[in-house]
Amino acid sequence: MTVNPDAYFAVATLLFSLGILGVISRRNLLVIYLSIELMLNAVNLILATFSRLHPDEGGTMIALFMIGVIAAEASLFLAVIVQIYRKKHTLDSDAFTELAQGKKL
Amino acid sequence: MNSSLPSLIVLLPFFGAGVMGFMYLFVPTGRDLRRFYVAVGIGAPLLAALLGLIVVGEMLTLPDSASIASPLYSWIAIGSFEIDVAFVVDQLSAVMLLVVTLIGSLIHIYAVGYMWDDQGFGKFFAYFNFFLGAMLLLILADNPILLFIGWELVGLASYLLIGFYHHDTANITAANKAFLLNRVGDFGFVSGLGLLFVLQNQSGFDFVAIFSGLGGIDATMLSLVGLLLFVGAMGKSAQIPLYVWLPDAMAGPTPVSALIHAATMVTAGVYMVARFSPLYNRIPDVGLFIAGIGAASALLAALFASWQNDIKKILAYSTMSQLGYMFIAVGLGEYSNGIFHLAAHAFFKALLFMGAGAVIIALHHEQDIFKMGGLGSRLPAVRRTMLVATLAITGIPIFAGFFSKDAILAYAFASGHTTIWAVGVVVAFLTAYYMFRLYFVVFVAPSQQSSQSSPLVPLPRSMVWPLFVLAAGSLFLGFWNLPEAYGGGTWFSHELHLADHEAHLRFAEEYVLDGFNVLVALLGIAMAYRKFVRPAHPLNPPVHRLAWQSALANTLYIDTLYDRLIVRPLRGLSDLQDRLIDPKIIDGSLRGLVALYRGVAAQSARLQNGNLRWYALTFLLAVSGISLYLLIAIGGAS
Repeated sequence: MTVNPDAYFAVATLLFSLGILGVISRRNLLVIYLSIELMLNAVNLILATFSRLHPDEGGTMIALFMIGVIAAEASLFLAVIVQIYRKKHTLDSDAFTELAQGKKL
Repeated sequence: MNSSLPSLIVLLPFFGAGVMGFMYLFVPTGRDLRRFYVAVGIGAPLLAALLGLIVVGEMLTLPDSASIASPLYSWIAIGSFEIDVAFVVDQLSAVMLLVVTLIGSLIHIYAVGYMWDDQGFGKFFAYFNFFLGAMLLLILADNPILLFIGWELVGLASYLLIGFYHHDTANITAANKAFLLNRVGDFGFVSGLGLLFVLQNQSGFDFVAIFSGLGGIDATMLSLVGLLLFVGAMGKSAQIPLYVWLPDAMAGPTPVSALIHAATMVTAGVYMVARFSPLYNRIPDVGLFIAGIGAASALLAALFASWQNDIKKILAYSTMSQLGYMFIAVGLGEYSNGIFHLAAHAFFKALLFMGAGAVIIALHHEQDIFKMGGLGSRLPAVRRTMLVATLAITGIPIFAGFFSKDAILAYAFASGHTTIWAVGVVVAFLTAYYMFRLYFVVFVAPSQQSSQSSPLVPLPRSMVWPLFVLAAGSLFLGFWNLPEAYGGGTWFSHELHLADHEAHLRFAEEYVLDGFNVLVALLGIAMAYRKFVRPAHPLNPPVHRLAWQSALANTLYIDTLYDRLIVRPLRGLSDLQDRLIDPKIIDGSLRGLVALYRGVAAQSARLQNGNLRWYALTFLLAVSGISLYLLIAIGGAS
């Protein structure tokens, strides 16, 4: 069962674009986080595809490794989101502008 | 031959000035230190005069044209190039040394009486000694650099002394005027020195080295050097066009005027030209220019003097006129006659100023000659000595001025410069007129109501007997340079060893010329007599009905002209700087830059708005841009 690699690239590009769109357009921190994960997985997909195209398993190894790292990172990210929620009781990213120019902390 | 005496002569007055200045500043004002000041203030110049006599005596025993050098220390030494602080007494500086120290000492003694009641007695003598020291430095310097230092210090001292009565703003203005006009001249002088320095490639820069290297310099450049140096002399010696400070310099105390006009300061220009005589001998055209300026200055000043009413201003213009004679002499290349007239003039002009000062003191500081009158019987000593000085400056035979002035005129005639000679004769006539106008109005004419009523201030003895010493000098000095036509040997000129041009007149011609001069002088005297002694009615200040008369009385409005042409445009330019260029253009451009930085920073700061999604978008755009660049620039190659 061989699929044209272009299809994989198309899916990966689609996923990545969706992720970017999500990061830019959505305000909910959880959704932003989901979008970042989407982009990471798009990259993973490309790595795996290339790994198959060239007979070299390095790309697959990196992709597998990254899935592990992403899992660890997810737990940290969720912990940060919980902390942020405790501060202001909201997850709206526009509410957190303390680092803007001219604002007092 | 070496000796340390010349250095000592220069240092003594400076030392006196330092001691007196220190005492004046740091001793409480309650104590009367005037006797101490007198001891130091007169002691220093007298000692300098004594040492000067010893040095000159020593020099005269040396073989011909030998000089006494006095190296103090090496000032600048760059490789083989050296400038020493060294003093030299040769024939020329010996004459100047004697004139300056002897007449300077007499003026110091006179000043004791004149300034006795002044608050700033110590300060005055500190400045006075400083003035003398500066002049001695100028005279005895063995290189032009040291001469220039003396030249500048003389300017500084004159500034301090002209503005001595500093409570009156007019005096401060006069002092500033003198200082600024001298700066104009000094700029020319220092430019000339700089040019000379560049042109000559000797290892030393003392006079001997310079003159030995003159042959290798292009004549045009040499003329430029000569002209620039003479610009300095114009300023210092008050010649056209830089003379306007001299009459205003009368704001200082009268002994200062005497010192400036007789012994120091104004003679510096003539001395400088004579000192550079090997240079000026190579550029006769510049010499002719100098003589022309001298003749023009002499004529203009004599005209002005004939219409002044202020006794000191008459004498001031008369000095400028006599300096004109000296420049005629040195310009035409008869340096020793110029120096001889300088020496003779120093005697009778010091005497005239000191006599004028005595009259001014006696009349409670009255300076208008038409408010004096009839003083002859009341101030007999002053009258007699003033008469001697007046006869000397007029050029009546046997007085010093006759020999010194007629030698200059005879030479001008003999060398074929008849125009200059004619101007000189006219000036001689005017000199006789204005000097006897002064003498007759002050001493002989019927006295005025105001001067007769108030009693005269008694004159201290120290103000009277120096007059007699100077009168003796004015009377007998001429015989030192007695021309061969009168059985003399022009010993003075021979002794000077200056590179004079030669021009000989037959004795008969000389008798005719001199006789003519005396006739002209007598004519001037007669005219003054007719105008100011004969009229029975009391004299009134002259009323100027005609336009040219009032123009001359106002010195042809030249001060106003300078004001319009130079001072006001300069002031306008400064105002422009002050109001437009400095605040608007220079400060404005800097402020504009600051505003620009601030604006750019403010705009950039708006990027940092704290909005997470905004950052993400920027991030995306930047990464996209970089990726695109990589794709096109690098990826496209493969």
